[in-house]
Formats: sequence, structure tokens, C-alpha cells
Amino acid sequence: MYDELLLTVLLTSVPLILAATGELVVERSGVLNLGVEGMMLMGAVAGFGVTSLSGSPYIGMLGGATAGALTAALFGFFVLGLATNQVATGLALTIFGTGLSGLIGAPLVGQAIDGLPVFIVPLLSDIPVLGVLFRLDLLAYLSIGLVAGTSFVLFRTRAGLIIRAVGDNATSAHALGYSVLKVRFYTVMFGGMMAGLSGAYLPLVLTPHWAEGMTAGRGWIALALVVFASWQPWRVVGGAVLFGGVTIMQLAGQARGWSVSPQFLSMLPYLATIIVLVAMSRGGRAERGAPAQLGRIFLPPR
Amino acid sequence: MMRLTPRPYVSPHQLLLVPVLSVLLSIILGGLIFAALGYNALDALYQFFVAPLSRPDQIGNLFVKACPLIIIGTGLVFCYRANIWNIGAEGQLIFGALGAGWVALYLPESWHFMMLPLMILGGMIAGASLAAVPAFLKTRFQTNEILVSLMLTYVAGLVIDWLVRGPWRDPMSFGFPLTPYYPDAALIGKLSLPVIGKLGQLHWGILIALCVSGLGWFILSRTLAGFKVRVAGDAPRAARFAGFSPNIVTFSVLLVSGALAGLAGMVEVSANMGQLQPQISFGYGFTAIIVAFLARLNPAAVILAALIVALSELGGDSAQIAMGIPKVVTGVFKGILLFMLLAGETITRYELSFDLRMTGGKMSRGDADV
Amino acid sequence: MSPDREIPLLTGRHISKRFGTFTANDDINFDIHAGEIHALLGENGAGKSTFVKLVYGLLSPDEGQFLWHGAPVEIRSPQAARDMGIGMVFQHFSLFDVLSVAENIQLALPAGISLSEVKERVITVSAEYGMTLSPDARVGDLSVGEQQRVEILRCLLQNPSLLILDEPTSVLTPQEADQLFAVLRRLRDDGCAILFISHKLDEIKALTSKATILRAGKKVTTCDSASTSAKELAELMVGAALDNSMRTPPVLHKGADSLFCVAQVSRPAATAFATALQDISLSVMSGEILGIAGIAGNGQTELMEVLSGEAIGDVTAGKIELDGVSVAGLGPDMRRQKGMRCVPEERNGHGAIINMSLSENALLTASHEPDNVSASGLVSWVKCHALSRKIIGSYDVRTPHHDPLAGSLSGGNLQKFMIGREMMSRPRLLIVAQPTWGVDIGAAQAIRAAMRTLLEDGTAIIIISQDLEELLVMSHRICVLNQGQLSEPLPAQDVTAESIGLMMGGITNSVSERAV
Repeated sequence: MYDELLLTVLLTSVPLILAATGELVVERSGVLNLGVEGMMLMGAVAGFGVTSLSGSPYIGMLGGATAGALTAALFGFFVLGLATNQVATGLALTIFGTGLSGLIGAPLVGQAIDGLPVFIVPLLSDIPVLGVLFRLDLLAYLSIGLVAGTSFVLFRTRAGLIIRAVGDNATSAHALGYSVLKVRFYTVMFGGMMAGLSGAYLPLVLTPHWAEGMTAGRGWIALALVVFASWQPWRVVGGAVLFGGVTIMQLAGQARGWSVSPQFLSMLPYLATIIVLVAMSRGGRAERGAPAQLGRIFLPPR
Repeated sequence: MMRLTPRPYVSPHQLLLVPVLSVLLSIILGGLIFAALGYNALDALYQFFVAPLSRPDQIGNLFVKACPLIIIGTGLVFCYRANIWNIGAEGQLIFGALGAGWVALYLPESWHFMMLPLMILGGMIAGASLAAVPAFLKTRFQTNEILVSLMLTYVAGLVIDWLVRGPWRDPMSFGFPLTPYYPDAALIGKLSLPVIGKLGQLHWGILIALCVSGLGWFILSRTLAGFKVRVAGDAPRAARFAGFSPNIVTFSVLLVSGALAGLAGMVEVSANMGQLQPQISFGYGFTAIIVAFLARLNPAAVILAALIVALSELGGDSAQIAMGIPKVVTGVFKGILLFMLLAGETITRYELSFDLRMTGGKMSRGDADV
Repeated sequence: MSPDREIPLLTGRHISKRFGTFTANDDINFDIHAGEIHALLGENGAGKSTFVKLVYGLLSPDEGQFLWHGAPVEIRSPQAARDMGIGMVFQHFSLFDVLSVAENIQLALPAGISLSEVKERVITVSAEYGMTLSPDARVGDLSVGEQQRVEILRCLLQNPSLLILDEPTSVLTPQEADQLFAVLRRLRDDGCAILFISHKLDEIKALTSKATILRAGKKVTTCDSASTSAKELAELMVGAALDNSMRTPPVLHKGADSLFCVAQVSRPAATAFATALQDISLSVMSGEILGIAGIAGNGQTELMEVLSGEAIGDVTAGKIELDGVSVAGLGPDMRRQKGMRCVPEERNGHGAIINMSLSENALLTASHEPDNVSASGLVSWVKCHALSRKIIGSYDVRTPHHDPLAGSLSGGNLQKFMIGREMMSRPRLLIVAQPTWGVDIGAAQAIRAAMRTLLEDGTAIIIISQDLEELLVMSHRICVLNQGQLSEPLPAQDVTAESIGLMMGGITNSVSERAV
């Protein structure tokens, strides 16, 4: 029974991990993309549709990632090419992505697909309770790999150094000869790909159907998660399990008639995020925290 | 690579062109998307933009949909003009509905003659108090108001969920999450015009909306407080030079927009639902952001902008009924509209040029353009 | 001298650079040898920054040529300059606070060098020059002096043969400056040439062997800094011609009392790049003009904010009194109501709002007047418009139509409007920063004449300006702001180019004897 609980928590956390890790990289480069929800939905509908057409959930995964990346490219065009307000553009992306995915997915409602199979690691998967960790699907394992990869690239490679530099001081990066807009475009695309994968996870693993708005706000939760994790990849994992766990606890609590209202439990992650935000801004920008350029428009000087 | 260079001077005519062109382009692009998905584009566009205006009761419903957008949009215009990015209007609307709902459900009978004014007060105070959180955190700790107001939207949604399922649930509702129906004194009735009679679902909350819009325009353009807001947003250093306190401006605009969002929440529930349920808003707080941008942050244009956006909402309904197009498609239009507006803003301020030179490799260091 | 020391490392011949009609560098001839520390001296606007940008490849000369090791060369970009062996440390650093010292440096080096290699080099090179730096320290946690070392180290790791430093000691404490000089001397001994931009005469004499003085875009001379006295340097920098300039300050009304005084006011630096004000004291009498001279970056903006009331929270000590009554706790609007008016140096976004109309700009400093704003907060735009028309009429502001946007006015006309706006209110005290900066001659004369007229009403005026000639023409007394400190005011007729140059160069009367 605890197995089931743990499994549900893990499965709920995977899409959050994927989307938040992608957005984390984007924000590290100084861009705030509020369109995660829209990108996720595009990934979900593409993941579902491509799987349905091709019969292969793996191709469906790729389809989801691609759809996410393309949606992000739209965002990048406006925010980087046309220097539009990032908050408004991100919002537009969410609204647009939600709408477009619903439109594309309309004929797909009611269909079912065969999702990603589960890989069972021999021996390890027989451990009581924790064995669940070894009975997951490919994308779940991939998500951890992506977190590890992101952490490695961000903190141990030159590319990651440049990304962090651009997010800290775009003018200096430009003075040193780095193309701020190009770096940001790549991170935005990466964020889109991850959001697309995250959205695709929903029909491919959680519920093998398509429904309008099936992300149910997970994109916004991913945004909160990035802040909560102080823009550190491994903290995203912990936070995602926490946020996911809280949702599960809410349902479990309701069923068991716990005295603490489930809604207050659900509120905790958001309130915690606000507290984290305040703590970071009190410490001043130089503290581990928000990339200094977050949300600011950069125009290359002539 | 595209390059942007600031334009020296922009005429008011050019600035007006932006919303007009944006709306036109959105219609065209929307039509193309319809065609691409296999629907008859012209029919769809007709259903969307013309059909809703074809009957008087539909026009009434147009104003009903525009009502909350006008109220919230006016408040957001204040915020955005001061460069304060309040994204949490949705949550403030919910809180406002709760504040008004508390009055509606618990006000003693003898006080019912004061019900509506008290509900308005309760709604506005509740909305403002939620907005006070990002205001306080921004002025005291320089915390980003975007993320804080967004997080609080979730909190608000959970609070109403808890109240409606818990302490405020109607014992007679057979387990459905609904509060008791409001007493008559707490309802906003339908508007009955002389000669024409009732116009669809049009209720007299629209009069509140029109007043709010007018007041908003008046305050922003004709009072010192409004002037301070505009200066703070346009040139914060000049504001300090003038002796205007940036903290007071921040607090004021957030409280005002929170109060107005709360007012909209009160109106929506009293006019259209008559009781509280877990979901009382359908993204009005976010849609109002588009309205504010479409109005180019000018309170005088909020009514028209709200009507246009409401039209696309209504159009979505009629397109769904007539042609089976999913309601969600309004999101497509709204999204495209906002994209076009944003692009238009850029093009009016900057000249766009194309530079076919490609610099260096992926992350290599080229020569700086300093 | 060995033969190859005779060929200068870098030569500039007949270098000229123009921006529109303004000539920033006019036919400059310059050379610097390996192993030489060479100062570039001059006031603001003399052309030092332009020249140095030409050397570093940020700009290209309109006329003239550079020679490197005697061979003609075109320096097309900073990257090209770096490849040649020219490094530059700017006044404003290009560092990333979030990253470590080593990471910052790695970003400035070509790709392919591993972080551990960079760390090693940081340790060796910094030890070699006596600049201790920990490669893993977060740059955001370092002091400004240490941050500057990171910048220097960045340059050093690319093996420069010429190192340019732009006013490096403006952000350093005296101890840090000494440490910097030790590093620079070691570099010189290793054969590096150093071009050191400064206006501080004591430093130039202490550190450099040669000094090139620029004034108004032209080179005045290159001299031997060791054997030239500070007084002579000062004179060269400011211009002996100043002694003969037309000085006709308006007649001082006798029997006037001190109208406004500031005593021992201090204000710590708000950021690492701001200037701390120390023990500022000044007083000005009714009907008098006090001129505050000084090269930009010595605290003028900070002083203006203290006087206008924009910095009330930051002032840590001292008194500010108008007519004997303290105004230190009053904000800008309250000070205006008492008759203290200010015109800041920045027109765009500070003293005026470019995207708003002139009537709105008029309201900016007149919102406390019951005529313009009623008790209930209602603005009478009619009155504001009338006010702006009055200003336009009285101060000859040329406008495209009856209520234009401030941004559509020319610089000179907007300046006339801004000054007129404050003068119109018949202030008791007027404080103006850079009153005729960017303004054509006609407008400048009009502004000065208007200020003189004010004096007849008993107004006291403080002018903060980099334009020495203007100050000498207008002021009764002049003092100099240097490094956040104000010198004793001198009567204008007692001021010589030499004395004021010394003060601007950081050498006060007490120090001048030693400086010779």
C-alpha cells in the first residue's frame, strides 16, 4: 500500500521535474518564461497524437519534445527578437498554447493509446517500498538523467558558465563578446523541449487519454518549483517530490478524514515559495538566488 | 539577425495603429488556423465576430462578459502604468468574492437594506488585502511582485475550495460543494431598460463597471495621485526628484487593483451565480491583463478593449454551438491578439532592420559591438 | 638605452576623431615606450576617453595612424587590440558577481583552457605581482579593490605589452591605491608599458615618468612628470589662458546674511561606484553665487541629491539649514515649499520626463501650489498649461507647438525650460548642476543672464559645474569638490588656473608644498 503511495508520488513528480529543470535553465540565462503551461499542453497533445499515429510511444516522446521546442521558439522570437515584455509574452504563450492544444486535440478526445512501458530492474525492484524506484518508465529515469546532465553542464562546463554569466550581467557578457541573445535562444528552446517532454508524460504514463487542459496548472507549479529550488537542479527533484507528495496527501487525507484540511496542505508549497522568495531578496542579489537579469530585456548596443 | 534601433519620435497616430492592426491581424491569423484545422474559415470567423452581435440579447451578454474585464482591467492599468506587474488579479477576484460572500451569508436580516454596499466594501477590502502582500514584500524586501502575486492566486483558489467544501457548505446541497444561495438582498438583478426591456443576461453591475472605468480615467488623468502613478512608472528618478514617494505609489496601485479585482468578484457572483462554488472565475484575472494591454494602458480605452475581448469569448461559445469548434479556440485568438499587440508596441518604438551577417559559432567569442 | 627601446611600442600620428560637429581628438601625436608608465592627464571633455578608445579598437580614427613597434597598424576591434597585446581596465568593471574569480577570468580567455588551468595561472600570476586573490572566491563578495585586481589579472593572463587603466584609483582607498601602484611598478619592470589616465596630480607624480596633457581635444604637451611641478601640471591641465578670462561676477549686495548653510554633512557611498561625501561644509549668502568646480565623478551627483532632498535617508551626519532653520529632514517637495529649488544635471528622466508634455513637466515641481492642485487632489491642467506657457514666454523656449512633449525640444531649449521652471517660482535658493551643458551659446548666455537677474531679488545661487570658465565668469566664490570633499571657497578674483587646477587635481593648499 505504501508502495502504491510512493509510486503515485513519484509519477506525479516526474512532469514537475522535467518542466522545472527546463525552466530553471531558461531563468538562469535571465529569461522568465511564464508560458510553461502552454508549452506543456502542446507537448501533451503532440505526444498523444504522434503516439496515436505512429503507434510508438517513443516517437510520441520525441513529438512532445519537438512541439514544446517549437512553441518555445515562438516565445523566443517575440522576447528575444522583438524585445517584448517577457511577462506579457509568457502569458500570451500560455493562453495560446492552451487554446491551440485544445483545438488540435479536439478530434483526439476519447481515443486511447498504449503508453510507455515500465522497465523493471531485476532484484532491486523487489526491495519493499523503495523497490518502486526501480519499476518506472523510461521517461522517469530519463528525467533524473536530465537533471544530472543539467547540473553538470551548468556548473562544470564552459557552456553552463556562459549561461550563468549571461543571466548575471548581460552587458558584461556582451562586452566580452558573447552573443546574449543567441545563448538565451538556446536556453529557451531547451526549456521548451523539457516542457514538451513533461507534457507528453501525462498521456504517455499517467492517463493514456487526451483531455483539454490536462496539465491542470502543473506548469504554474513548475514555475513555483524553480524558485523554491533556488535555481539549483537537484533541489528541483526534492521540491517536486514535495509538491507532488502534498497533492497526494491531500487526496489521501480526504479519504482518511484527517483533521487538517487538505487545502491547507496544498497551500504549503506556494506559501513556502513566497517565503523562499523573500528570504532571497532580503539577502540581496549577490546571495545564491535569482539570476540578476531575470525578466530584463537586453538590447545589444549599436 | 534582427536588429532594433530606437525611433526618435512616435506620433500618436502611429500609436493608435497598433491596437487596430493587432486586432485585424489576429482575425486573419485566426482564420488561417481555422482553415488549417479543416473548418470553414469564413463561417468560423462569422460565428466568432458577427453572430454574437446579431441579436440584442447577445449584445447584452457581451456586456455581461465584458463587465468583470472592465473593472479588473481598469485596476491593472493603474498597476502597469506604475510599472508594477500584478499578475494575481485572479486570486484577488476570488478573495473579493469571498469577502462579499461572507457578508452575504452572515449579515443579520435587520441589516439587509445595507447588504449590497456592505458587500461591495467587503469585496474590495478582501481583494485589496490579498494585493497588500506583494505590495508589502516589494516595498520592504524588494521581492518580485510577479511571482508573489502568482503564488497567492493558488492560495486563494485553495481557500475558496476549503470554505465552500467546509465551513460555508450548504447543508442542503447533498454533498455538492456549494454555499447556500445568497439572500435576495445580495443579488444583482437583471437590468431592465425602458422600451427594450431586458437584454439577455445584462445586469446592472455593468453600471458599476462603467463608473469604475470613468473614475479610473478621471483619477489617472486629472488628479495628482494619478500623475504620481504615471511619473513613477515612466521615470522613477524624476518621481523622487519631485518628492513623490515610490513606496506609496506601489502600495496604492496594488491596493487599488486588488480592490477592483475584488469588486469584480463580488459582482460576478451576485449577478451570475448567486452562491459560491469552488470555481467562480474563468480566467478573468488573466484575460484582464490582455484587456489592459489592448487598451494600451489607457483607462479610457478599457471599455472598448474589454468589449473586443469579450466578443471573442462570446464568439467562442457561438462557434462551438454552431460549428462544433471547441471553446478553447478563444484562447488561440486571445493569445494571438496579445502577441500582435506586443509586437506592435516594439515596432512603434524601434526600427526593425535585418543584418545578414552571421557572427561566430555557437558559443564562441566574437568581436563585441560596444 | 638599448636600441630597441628607442622605437616606441605604440605611436599615434595626427590622430583625429570627430562626432558630428564635435571634435573629440584634434591632431594628436603620441608615443609610449616599453617599460614606461605614461599618464594621460586632462579635465573632462579633454578627449582622454576618446583617445584611449581609439587605441583599444572601440573606435576608429577619422584621420591619422597608429604604429605598433614602428609598423603601421589598424586596430579594428577590442579583440584585435587584445591579440596585439593591448589590455584595458575600464572604470566600470565587466564582472559577474555570481561567478568565482577563476570563472570570471576563464570567460575572458579563449575557449579550450580548463578551469583548473585557469586557477593555477591565477595563483601564480597573482602571487608574482603581489596581488593575492583566491581563485574560488565569489566576485560579488570581493571589495572593489579586489574586483579591480580580477580585472587586471584578466588582462595580465593575456600577456599584454601595453596596459591601459582608466581612472583606476577613483574607486580605491588610499591603501588599495598604493597596492595597485606596487603591482604596476612590477609590471613596468617586466617591460610592460602602462597608460594611466588620471586627473590626480599627486598620483601622476608618484607613479608615472611621462605625462601627456590633453585639453579641448588637443595635446598641450608631453612632459617629464618627475621634473614638472604639480603647479605646472595643474596650469597645463586647466589652461593659463584662464588667468586672463573675462570675469565679471555680478555685484554682491552688502549686508547680506548667510541664507543657506551646510555643516559637516557626510553621506556614505550607496554603491561601490558611488562617491562618499565627507564633512561637506558650505554657506552662501543672499544675492551671492557660489561655484562648485570639480571633475565629474568626485561626488557631484551625490552632493546634488543631498541638497535637493532626494537623499534624506542616507545622510549620516551634519546640518543643513535655510534661514537658520533645519531642512535636513525635509523631502524635495517640502524643500521646494520653503523656497529651495534645484535643477539636476540629467534632463532625461530626472529633471524632466521626455515622454510627457511641458505642462506635465511644469507640474512636476509645482504640485504643492494650491493654484495647480486643489486641496482635494484635483489637477488644474489649465493652470499648469498657463504656467508652462509663462515659462516658455519668459525664457524664450522654442517649441514646435503649444504643448509639446519634452522630448521634442532641443537640449538647449529643454534646459531653458527646466531652469526657467525653477526660477519662475522666485526661489530663495537655486541650486543648478551643469547649467549650460549641451546648450548652444545663445541659450547659455540667456541662462546666465537669467541667473544674474535672480540675484537682484536676493536669491542665493549654487552652481555645480565642470565648466571652469563659466564658474569664473559667474561666481563670487569658488570651491572645488574632490573625492567627496569640498575645499575652502576662494573669492573668484583670487583664483588662478594653477590654484584651481591643483585643487581639482586633488592637491589642497596644505599638500601643495610637498607635491612640488
